[in-house]
Amino acid sequence: MSTVTTAPDQLPETEAQGLGQAWRDYVGRVRGGELGALPSVLALISLVVIFTALEGSTFFSAFNFANLITQSATIVVLAMGLIYVLLLGEIDLSAGFAAGTAAAVLAVTLTQRGWSLPLSLAATIITGVLIGLFIGLIVAKLGIPSFVVTLAMFLALQGLMLIIIGEGGTIPIRDDTVRALMNSNMTPVAGWILFGVVVLGYGFTTYRAMSVRRKSGLVTQSAQVWLIKLVLLAGMLGTAVFILNQERSRNPNLTSIQGVPYVVIVILVLLVVLTYNLTRTSFGRHVYATGGNAEAARRAGISVARIKIYCFIACSSLAAVAGILFASKDQSVSPSTGGSTTLLYAVGAAVIGGTSLFGGRGRIRDAILGGLVVAVIGNGLPLITDASGIQFIVTGLVLLIAASVDALSRRRAIASGRL
Amino acid sequence: MSESNSSQPLLTLSKVNKSFGAVHVLQNVDFSVRPGRVTALVGDNGAGKSTLIKGLAGIHSFESGTYTYEGTPVHVTDPKQANALGIEVVYQDLALCDNLDVVHNMFLGRELTKGMGLDEAEMEKRATTTLSGLSVRTLKSVRQNVASLSGGQRQTVAIARAVLWNSKLVILDEPTAALGVAQTDQVLKLVRRLADNGLAVILISHNMNDVFQVADDIACLYLGQMAAQVDAHEVNHGQVVELITAGRSGDLGLPDPSTTGAVA
Ligand SMILES: Nc1ncnc2c1ncn2[C@@H]1O[C@H](COP(=O)(O)OP(=O)(O)O)[C@@H](O)[C@H]1O
Ligand SMILES: [Mg+2]
Repeated sequence: MSTVTTAPDQLPETEAQGLGQAWRDYVGRVRGGELGALPSVLALISLVVIFTALEGSTFFSAFNFANLITQSATIVVLAMGLIYVLLLGEIDLSAGFAAGTAAAVLAVTLTQRGWSLPLSLAATIITGVLIGLFIGLIVAKLGIPSFVVTLAMFLALQGLMLIIIGEGGTIPIRDDTVRALMNSNMTPVAGWILFGVVVLGYGFTTYRAMSVRRKSGLVTQSAQVWLIKLVLLAGMLGTAVFILNQERSRNPNLTSIQGVPYVVIVILVLLVVLTYNLTRTSFGRHVYATGGNAEAARRAGISVARIKIYCFIACSSLAAVAGILFASKDQSVSPSTGGSTTLLYAVGAAVIGGTSLFGGRGRIRDAILGGLVVAVIGNGLPLITDASGIQFIVTGLVLLIAASVDALSRRRAIASGRL
Repeated sequence: MSESNSSQPLLTLSKVNKSFGAVHVLQNVDFSVRPGRVTALVGDNGAGKSTLIKGLAGIHSFESGTYTYEGTPVHVTDPKQANALGIEVVYQDLALCDNLDVVHNMFLGRELTKGMGLDEAEMEKRATTTLSGLSVRTLKSVRQNVASLSGGQRQTVAIARAVLWNSKLVILDEPTAALGVAQTDQVLKLVRRLADNGLAVILISHNMNDVFQVADDIACLYLGQMAAQVDAHEVNHGQVVELITAGRSGDLGLPDPSTTGAVA
């Protein structure tokens, strides 16, 4: 029997991949158009360098670092939801007002009706689920483009919000737990415990995955590469926790402000759970398949309509979570909650983070990277210029650059792929 | 190189018919496929090749006639049923997802799970075993995205995916139509290996060189009728072309209308 020798013959390597191999693989992927986190990390670093150089003392202070986190949190959570629909090559323009509508439900039930917190939170999330179910059914079953459906919902949900909130205009949030989410911090010790849990958890799960692969006789990264990644992660997170644990109150004798904001826990839990959902389950695999080639997914026996409906539900439900964060941050809900530039910044964050507008490519962590870039711009620019117009223009430009990187890397991937 | 002529057919069609409205696309077609052999299905455009294949794969069912599989009559009415029988189709336009890697594509829609999550290690192991069982050595890594593969490599992945499920019959609809010379050769050798591993293979092709390079049997459809199903070694290039274009060649094929009085 003959063997095939037409293409460059290379037997699959079986031993562990060392540092050199890992680096060559990475360079190869980037050259082939799989840029991953590279552009957003570069953008983040250069923005921080620029702002530090221009307005070092104020920009790079602990107070501002904590601000960055709370400012980006709502956008990050919205973007996480949007990534589900962007992966399908769809869009949800109504996610901002889905957040607003859910926040309105939270405010009305909690403040006006006096429901218990768990009940009220459940109602808030269910609001998101129902909105997503509605959008998903129309997109999947009637085949109307999501752009049109969610544009209609963008208007309709604003109306629904007005009706739910009623004549009063603004409903205050008085519940301490909800208010604490975006306005309070863990004790420094709790911050270090969180750090330990995350680093050990990451180290343990990646190590276990590695040993499973080795036991199955598959190629795996070497322990050296694993350790370097772990140390890098620990270094970055450790620095962040250390900075956040500094006293950042203007007047420490009156009130002490230090520690990791509580909302970081929400973001971390969502990051882990959603990443698992998208990368380690059949459902997640089917989401990528549907976004990559819907016809191939259909022929493989995947119910494309069902996948679409679930993704829109995920998007609107996560928008509802963002709604809770909005309510916490403002300590009230008004008809403008979730409006204005909210949705655009969230889509921008996902795309800047590396999620493709063409579908099939993106990760949950993109929301965090992109959300930080958006927040750094919003945070750093006002220190340099008073013109708020500049901020819109710069954010718009960054989004445009991100979309161009997306389109160009896609072209590159196609060119390097099909001969 | 191939099994003896006397092996039992895996699949036999007898006098099957299929119409679309007033168009009688398949007329009393007889067809059989044996394990360990590549059966080429040839015929001009519109002869009914795809219709025949879709009937086998359960995409639509035959109206009359018998469909016998492993000696028992079956009624295959949907693709899942065909899969359960061990029938896999590799479509002409490859049903692969560019954004997923080779393993993900091979298991798409039928992922192996362990607990709540995917069993990536087991899937990768099985994919690697299947590929090496087919002597596929051209893939650098089964973890690269399908987008980075050449046309021939993509076709290889699509075929390997069909073989993964302990299939007994693999149907390939023009697998080399879009490939260059070297890649065509690569895919044809793979097709040959499938049969050598004991599978039954149906190969639809318009390319006579391909057909004569790999086929053990040649079945020729002419305007919805089975003109002839013959051993590939008993016919030459010219005869097959005549069967395709005229439905007969010498004493092979459909009866001559001028001697039987039938009207073509
Ligand atoms: N779904 C269909 N509806 C109506 N006519 C069809 C359908 N599918 C195939 N046909 C007709 O059946 C005939 C055979 O088609 P097909 O099996 O695709 O031929 P081949 O694959 O040999 O080129 C053609 O005349 C075609 O127009
Ligand atoms: Mg055809």
